[in-house]
Amino acid sequence: MTSKRSDRSLPTDERAKPARPGGGTGTGAFWSVAFALAWRILHNVFTTPSLLFPSLVFPLFFFTAFAGGLSRVDNIPGFDFPNGYTAFQFVFVLLQSAAFGGVFTGFGVARDFEYGFARRLLLAAPRRTGLIAGYALAALGRWLVTATLLTAVALVAGMQIGGNGVDLFALYALALIVSIAGTLWATGVAMRFRTIQAGPVMQLPVFLALFFAPVYVPLNMLSGWLHAVASVNPATALLEAGRSLISGSPEHVALAYLAAFALAGTLAVWALRGLRSAERAG
Amino acid sequence: MTLAAQVGHIARRSVRRTIRQPANVIFPFVFPMALLAVTSAGLNPATKIPGFPTDSFLAFFLAFPFIQGALFATMNAGTDLARDIQSGFLNRLALTPMRGGALIAGQLAGIATMGFVQAVFYLAVGLAVGVHLASGVAGAVVLLALATLIAISFGSLGAFFALRTGSGEAVQGLFPLLFVSLFLSSMNLPRNLIEIDWFRYAATVNPVSYLIEGIRSLIITGWDGQALALAFGIAALLGIGSLAAGAWALRMRLTRT
Repeated sequence: MTSKRSDRSLPTDERAKPARPGGGTGTGAFWSVAFALAWRILHNVFTTPSLLFPSLVFPLFFFTAFAGGLSRVDNIPGFDFPNGYTAFQFVFVLLQSAAFGGVFTGFGVARDFEYGFARRLLLAAPRRTGLIAGYALAALGRWLVTATLLTAVALVAGMQIGGNGVDLFALYALALIVSIAGTLWATGVAMRFRTIQAGPVMQLPVFLALFFAPVYVPLNMLSGWLHAVASVNPATALLEAGRSLISGSPEHVALAYLAAFALAGTLAVWALRGLRSAERAG
Repeated sequence: MTLAAQVGHIARRSVRRTIRQPANVIFPFVFPMALLAVTSAGLNPATKIPGFPTDSFLAFFLAFPFIQGALFATMNAGTDLARDIQSGFLNRLALTPMRGGALIAGQLAGIATMGFVQAVFYLAVGLAVGVHLASGVAGAVVLLALATLIAISFGSLGAFFALRTGSGEAVQGLFPLLFVSLFLSSMNLPRNLIEIDWFRYAATVNPVSYLIEGIRSLIITGWDGQALALAFGIAALLGIGSLAAGAWALRMRLTRT
C-alpha cells in the first residue's frame, strides 16, 4: 500500500517500470512503444474488415450525400465559392474523416481496456506516454488511407482544385493535426471510462463541434443561433482556411493552424491525464 | 402461460434492457435531434431554391429523425437479440414451453414501444420549436402510427439478421448499409430538386425516400394519399418480408437435435 502511494506520486513515466532486459526508459523506449503499438493497431485494422470498413466508408457516405445530393445549393443567391460545391464539401469531409479517424481509434483503445489488453500494455511499456503516441500514429496511418480514397473519389466526381501544391500540402497538414487532436480526445475518454459504452461520449462532441460550423453554406449565409455559434467555433476557422486553400486564395490560415495546434496541445494534456487515470485504476 | 403473456414478458425484458443501457437510450434521442438542429439551421438557405416546397427547412427535415430513430432502434434490438444467442439465452428459452413466435413478437413489441416513445419525443420537439403540422391533430396520430410501423419493419430486419447470423458484430455491420440508404435518399432535398442524375435515380429507387416522403407529407403538405400509401405500403412490405425471413431463421436456430 505504501509503495503504491509513493509510486503514484512519481511522474507517469517513472512509475512501475517493468524489469525488461534492454527495455530502457529514454526517447528510444518511447518510440519503440509508440511504433510497436501503432503497428499492432494498423495490422489489426487492415486485416479486420469490420474495423476498416466504417472508417473508410462513412466519409464517402457523407461526401456523396453532401456533394452529390446537395449540389444545387451552389445555385442559392449569395453562394460564391469559386471551385464548386464538390470542393466546398470535400474540405469538410476531409476534416471530418480526420477527426473521426481519431474517434475510431479511441474505440479500439476502449476495446483494449474491456478485453484487458490495455492493462497488460500499461504493465509492459517502459514509457507509457509512448502508448498515446502509438495510438496517434495508428490514427494517422488509418486516416492517410481514408484521405487517399476520399481524394480519389472526389477527383473522379469532378472536384475542381484551385490551389497549388503548397496550398494542398497546407490543407492536408491541417487535417493531419485535426486527426491527432481527434485521437487525443478519444484516447482521453477511452482511458477514463475504459469501456466501449463510452463511444457516444467520444463521438458526439466531435460531431457537434464539426457541425456547429458552416458545413453546408459559407458563414456569411448562416443566420440565427448557428451563425452565432459558428462565429466562435474554432472548427469554423479550420473549415474556412481549408476551403480557401483548396480554392487557391488562402485566408486566415495562420489562425486555423493556431487553433489546430492549441486544440491538439490542450487535448494532449487531456489524454495524458486520462493515462494517469487508467494507471490509477490499475 | 398464454401466448400474449409470453409476448408481454419478452417485450418487457426488451424495453427494460434497452433503458438500462444509457448509450442505447441517449443516442437515439439526442443524436437525431442534434442532426436536426444543425442541418435545419445550416441548410435553411436551401429554402430559397426555386421550387422548394416550404419556407422552413426545419419542417422539411423533421421527417429525418423518425427514420434515423427507427434505424437506431433496429440496431439496438438486433444487437440485443444477437447477444441472447451468443450468451446462450435463446438456447435456454428453447428448453422452455415458450413458442418461437412469442420471442419475435415480444422483441418487436419492445421495438414498437421504443419506436413510439421516440416518435412522440421527436414530434414534441418539432412542435415545440415551431413546426406547424399541415395535416393537423389527426395527421399527428397517423404520423406516430407510420413512425411506429417503420420502427417495427426495420426492427424485423434487425431481428432477422440477428437470428440468421447470431452475431452482434454482424448486426452492427448492417448499420452502414442502412445508413447509406438513408443518405442516398431525398432526406436533404426533394427528389425533383436533386441536380446530379445518378443521385436522383438512386433516391428514386431507394424505398427509404418514400418512407421519409410519407412522414414529410403529413408535416408540410397535409393529406397526400399517394405519399402515405407508398410509405405505409413499403413499411408493411418490408416488415412482412423481414418477419417471414426472421421466422424461418428462428426455426432453423431452434431446431432441436
